[in-house]
Amino acid sequence: MAFNTVHEDCDILVVGGGMGGCGAAFEARYWGRDLRILVAEKANIDRSGAVAQGLYAINCYMGMRWGENQPEDHVRYARNDLMGMVREDLAYDMARHVDSAVHKFEEWGLPLMRNPETGRYQREGKWQIMIHGESYKPIVAEAARKSVDKIYNRIMVTHLLMDENHPNRVGGAIGFNVRTGDLHVFKARAVIVGAGGASHIFKPRSVGEGMGRTWYAPWSSASAYALPIMAGAKMTQMENRIVLCRFKDGYGPVGAYFLHLKTYTQNAYGEEYESKWYDHTKELVGEYIDHHPTPTCLRNHAFLQEVAAGRGPIHMVTTEAFQDPHKETVGWENFLGMTVGQAVVWASQDIDPKYINPELTTSEPYVMGSHATCSGAWASGPEDVSPDEYFWGYNRMMTVEGLFGAGDALGGTAHAFSSGSFTEGRLAAKAAVQYIRDHARDEVRISDQQIDRLRKEIYKPLETYQVYRNEIVAGSVSPHYILPLHGLQRLEKIMDEYVGGISVNYMTNEPLLKMGLEKLRILQEDLESIGAEDLHQLQRAWELKHRAIASECVTQHTLFRRETRWPGYYYRGDFMKLDDDNWHVLTVSRRDPESGEWTLEKAPVYHLID
Amino acid sequence: MPTFVYMTRCDGCGHCVDICPSDIMHIDPTYRRALNIEPNMCWECYSCVKACPQNAIDCRGYADFAPLGHSVRVRREEEKGTISWKIRFRDGREKNFVSPITTKPWGQAIERLADLPAPSQAEIKSPLLCFEPDALLVDGGLPAVSKDKFKQGVYY
Repeated sequence: MAFNTVHEDCDILVVGGGMGGCGAAFEARYWGRDLRILVAEKANIDRSGAVAQGLYAINCYMGMRWGENQPEDHVRYARNDLMGMVREDLAYDMARHVDSAVHKFEEWGLPLMRNPETGRYQREGKWQIMIHGESYKPIVAEAARKSVDKIYNRIMVTHLLMDENHPNRVGGAIGFNVRTGDLHVFKARAVIVGAGGASHIFKPRSVGEGMGRTWYAPWSSASAYALPIMAGAKMTQMENRIVLCRFKDGYGPVGAYFLHLKTYTQNAYGEEYESKWYDHTKELVGEYIDHHPTPTCLRNHAFLQEVAAGRGPIHMVTTEAFQDPHKETVGWENFLGMTVGQAVVWASQDIDPKYINPELTTSEPYVMGSHATCSGAWASGPEDVSPDEYFWGYNRMMTVEGLFGAGDALGGTAHAFSSGSFTEGRLAAKAAVQYIRDHARDEVRISDQQIDRLRKEIYKPLETYQVYRNEIVAGSVSPHYILPLHGLQRLEKIMDEYVGGISVNYMTNEPLLKMGLEKLRILQEDLESIGAEDLHQLQRAWELKHRAIASECVTQHTLFRRETRWPGYYYRGDFMKLDDDNWHVLTVSRRDPESGEWTLEKAPVYHLID
Repeated sequence: MPTFVYMTRCDGCGHCVDICPSDIMHIDPTYRRALNIEPNMCWECYSCVKACPQNAIDCRGYADFAPLGHSVRVRREEEKGTISWKIRFRDGREKNFVSPITTKPWGQAIERLADLPAPSQAEIKSPLLCFEPDALLVDGGLPAVSKDKFKQGVYY
């Protein structure tokens, strides 16, 4: 392949320019005035990441200025929602800084709604504030763009590079330009991974033209996990996938409907159903069902039980609230600001929620780290807050030296959402600047051999296709390669059927997980024979490879945790109950980059807040 | 609803290609106009629709579950700071909404950090982020918590 190689030498490389990456880019410049700071983004930072189409709420704002919430309250809330399992040091640290980020967003022009009576930000719920956020991402991207030396759009980063002068230390990243095909080699003294979590690792409910209508963006291709995993970083809570209760087909959000519009759910016969599953749920999880608010997974659980009992579908009762024209406007603008597809579904099916109570559904599972779930890399907390086992020198640094994370990439920090992800990027960037200062004399070395080896690997799908394409007349069926969509659908089917997806009602067990791992192993062998017709398909091939390795990690973690911690997200049929005696712990894994072998361990959960 | 491009309106400028987060808006080599090459990887985010200077891009709901006959049109105007939506149902009913997208002149409200005075060593060592503690808008500065409050693996 005759592609050029573009070398860049920098101090800080931010991989992924979503909310976390933009926060990192911004903050890095403030502390590192003399540093060379670059962003490598797969798409275009003006509309990339999970916030690409906008948001109608900022779901993490303390309101400390008005005494609304304190960081301790956030920790209690996130911990409760995740059935006890969060990194409280990271959660506290994010929460104590997040308000300053939101205040900057307002200064930058993001329209935050105000409560006309109090003058405060308009609350949607205890944690959420309402915004007109169609341009949330382009506004935040502008701040990033004005801070860094250069934004490289359309770079699919495939691997992190390792420093050959120091063991277990990152030395940059490598990838290709999706437009030109050029190989981009970024040598960096510190790398901040702000890449996306994982949609499309479990089979989605819509598998035809609508397969792109996933809850999380289809471009969230698990790079947040694959990049650190391939570099040998430890991961945590990867079993903690999330299932979303959403409006059917469009996956339009329900937060504003429940919290602000005061709509509520009922079964097909107009009955309230959550309370009747109380005793049943208590059998499984004990007193966790008595916590307030009811953890998201347990509300899902009641939904699933009611549907399984034959009283579906579940409806959202909107016809009362929508008689108020203001609430009707909020209900529609909520979708137009962040999930236009739901408005289209309702328009196409003549569903006007003023007169019809729309259906809800539970989504396929997703693995990510910033919503009501906290999968991601095992990272150091801040020095002034974290206990010894959670602290190794630099805030938000993973277990690979010089490698930092933000947003979906960081494990243990649930309920960070957009503002919290941006804040985590800021925290990671300040620590990365400090890391660079402390290691000012260290030379990073990336050998030509390392680059050549990866170059071959990166372009191999193009070569495979070219070699074998003319063996067949036409079409997509070859005995020597599979195409990225083929591989993606096989991955989704394996994860769905063996690791607890929709078609098995989120159920799995040890025999299934072991079979799933074996099938994933063979899939990864086949991914060595993936064929890519062009650069776009090469991007899809690498996205798939990232998804596959993240899926292996998810499956290993799910096998390791021998309990059902989050009924409603997934069930271990062989261990249906929550088991606090043995599993009130965080799970931590590491994949040996040489052998591909996984090791798993338990790490203590420290409760910092009463 | 995956996007599609009207043949007579598109002039092949490529704004949609530049912005698409999913890399599915490409220029057709024969017609020199844009097309959606992979509708099943379209999130219906409308980034391309909003970016098109010719209003040449529209969406048609996903064939698997959206009947024909609807439309959701948008006009995003940075100079006015607004976004306007027109929803037309299959049965012909219409709804219109207008929202602000910014409160400031577009592209001018954000300062360059490089132009600010450089932080001191003491600030670099502190847990504060830039513009803090001022930007927190609280008395008493950044909250902190004592490490000796940690309890391992207990119920709460």
